[in-house]
Amino acid sequence: MSHQSTYEPKTGFERWLDARLPIVRLAYDSFVDFQTPKNLNMWYTFGGILAVCLVIQIVTGIVLAMHYSPTTTGAFDSVERIMRDVNYGWLIRYIHANGASMFFLAVYIHIFRGLYYGSYKAPREILWILGVAIFFLMIMTAFMGYVLPWGQMSFWGAQVITSLIGALPLVGEPIQTWLLGGFGVDNATLNRFFSLHYLLPFVIFGLVALHVWALHVPGNNNPAGVEVSSKSDTVPFHPYYTVKDAFAIVVFLMLFAVFVFYMPNVLGHTDNYIPADPLSTPAHIVPEWYLLPFYAILRAFTADFLGIPAKLLGVLAMFAAIAVLFVLPWLDTSKVKSMRYRPVARQFFWLFVVACLALGYFGGQPAEGIYLIGAQIGTALYFGYFAVLFVLGLVEKPDAIPASIAASVHKQHKRPAPEPIGGAVPQAAE
Amino acid sequence: MTDSSIHPGAAGDDPNRRDFIHIMAAATGAVGVGAVAWPFIDQMNPAADTLALASIDVDISSLSEGQELTVFWRNRPVYIRYRTAAEIDAAKAGDAETLRDKQTDEARLVAGPDGQLKPQILVLEGVCTHLGCAPKGGKVGDVKGDYEGWFCPCHGSHYDTSGRIRKGPAPKNLPVPPYAYLSDTVIKIG
Repeated sequence: MSHQSTYEPKTGFERWLDARLPIVRLAYDSFVDFQTPKNLNMWYTFGGILAVCLVIQIVTGIVLAMHYSPTTTGAFDSVERIMRDVNYGWLIRYIHANGASMFFLAVYIHIFRGLYYGSYKAPREILWILGVAIFFLMIMTAFMGYVLPWGQMSFWGAQVITSLIGALPLVGEPIQTWLLGGFGVDNATLNRFFSLHYLLPFVIFGLVALHVWALHVPGNNNPAGVEVSSKSDTVPFHPYYTVKDAFAIVVFLMLFAVFVFYMPNVLGHTDNYIPADPLSTPAHIVPEWYLLPFYAILRAFTADFLGIPAKLLGVLAMFAAIAVLFVLPWLDTSKVKSMRYRPVARQFFWLFVVACLALGYFGGQPAEGIYLIGAQIGTALYFGYFAVLFVLGLVEKPDAIPASIAASVHKQHKRPAPEPIGGAVPQAAE
Repeated sequence: MTDSSIHPGAAGDDPNRRDFIHIMAAATGAVGVGAVAWPFIDQMNPAADTLALASIDVDISSLSEGQELTVFWRNRPVYIRYRTAAEIDAAKAGDAETLRDKQTDEARLVAGPDGQLKPQILVLEGVCTHLGCAPKGGKVGDVKGDYEGWFCPCHGSHYDTSGRIRKGPAPKNLPVPPYAYLSDTVIKIG
C-alpha cells in the first residue's frame, strides 16, 4: 500500500545522499517501515526464501562458470574436474545442483499459497502475472542448466524437449534447427544453452524487482483475504517480518544442507554421470523431479483429436498448463479471495494439489498401462480445477468474510474484537 | 496524429506533408530495427562449417547379410541395414494402406547404379519420430520390437523391417535420408 514516507535522514551524509539518490529512503519505506498485514502465516515466508535461493544460484553459478568448459568434448570432464580437483568445487556444485531443487520446492509452495489465499485476484493481477513469468523463466533456466554437464540425461533430455518444438506444423522443424544451431543437439546447442543459462537468472532478477514493486503498491494479501482497512490491521515489516522471514530462511537452509551434505545426488539421475552418447538412448528418459508434472501432461495425449496429432496435442497441453496461470485472475469469478471462506472451492483446491502430486509421480513412470491412465486423469483434474473456479464463483455460497484483518485475528484467538482504533498496533517499533 | 493541436502554429502546414514525415520516420525505424535484428536471429541457424558436414560417403562393402552399420550424419545416427530375405519378405507383405504412415517398402528404397532398386540395403535416420530418441534393433541382442525391425525404448514405438511405424506413439515412419549410390558399395548420404 502506498503511504507517506516516514524516513528521516539522521546524519549529514544521509541528508546529502537523500537529496540526490533517495535509495536509503526507498529501502526504508520498502523493508523497514512498510505496513504489512499482521496475520501473515508461515506460508508467507517463501517469498523471502525464494530471494535467498536466487542469490545462492547466481553466486554459485558464477563460480562454477569460472571452471566449466561449454564444449561437447570438455563439458563432462570439466564438471568432473570441479568435483575432484577444484578447491571446494564439490561443495559449490552440490549447492548449485540441489539449489535448483530447493528453488522449485519453494516456488511451488509459494504458488500454492497464492492459489489458496487468492493472491492473484484484484488488485494483484500484475503481481501474479509477473510471478508466473518468473516461474516460466525458471523452468527454461533449469532445463538449460541440466544440459550443461553433458551426461546422458542432459543430452537426451535436450533431444526430447527440443523435438517437442518440431511437433508444430510447418514452422516446427526450421525453428528446431534454429534453436539447436544444427541438425541435432551438438556443440552449438551446448554453447548457446550455457550463454542463456547465464543470462536468464539476471532477467529473473529484474522481474523479481518488478514483482516486489508490484507487491508494494497494493501491499500483501493475507490469509483472511480482506484488504487492510486501518492501522490496527498491520505491523511494520521490520522487525516483525524481517525476524519471521529470517527464521524461516534458517529452517529452510537446514533442509537445504541435509540434501547438500547427506544426499547430494538423491534428486538427480544416475544416468547423468555417464557421458553423453548421441548413438545410444538411455532406456528411461525423465526430467528433473520438478518438471515431472508437466512431462506427465505432455505424454498424457496418445490419440489424435480433430485431426491434430497426439504429439502436438501433448505439447500444446504442456504449454497450456502454464499459460492458464496467466489468465487465472480472470478465470476465477469469485470475489472472495481466501479459500478459508470458500468451503466448496477449498475441496477442489486440495484435489488440485493431489492432482499435481500425482502428475509428478506418473511423470516419472513409463507412459503405459495404469500410469498412462493415471496421468490422463491427473491432466483432466489439473485443467478441470480452473474450469471449476470459473463456474463455482458464479454459483457457490461462501462463508461470511471477516470485517477486517484485525477482526479475523481476534476471532481466531477467540477474543472479542477490540474497538477499531489505530492504537491497537504496537507503535513502539517505529 | 495530434500534431495540429500540439503545434497550433503549424496549422497552415500541409497535413499530408507532416503525415508523410511521420510515416517515413516510422518506416525507416522499422527497416532499421529489422536490419539489425536479422543478423542476431540468423546467427542461431547452423553455421557454415556445420552445413559443410551435411553430406558423407559411406563404404558399405564390409557389411554382410543381417548386419547393421550406424554412421553419424548431420549429428544424428543413420542406420544402414543389410536385410535378410526374410526381412525383405516381411517388409513387402501386407497392405501399406492399412499402416499409420502409408508407404510401401519400395518407396523407401533407392535405385543402385544399375537403375534397379536394392531391397537388401535399407538406409534410415535413427531418430524416432515421436521425441527423437535413437531406436534399438541394430546390435546383436537388441530388442527389435514386435515387428522385428526397431524398437524405441523411450516411449515404446515399434518399427517394422522397413522402418515403418506399426505400434506406439510415434506418428511417422523412420525417415529415409536423401542418399544415392556412387557405386555398388559406396553410398553418399546428404
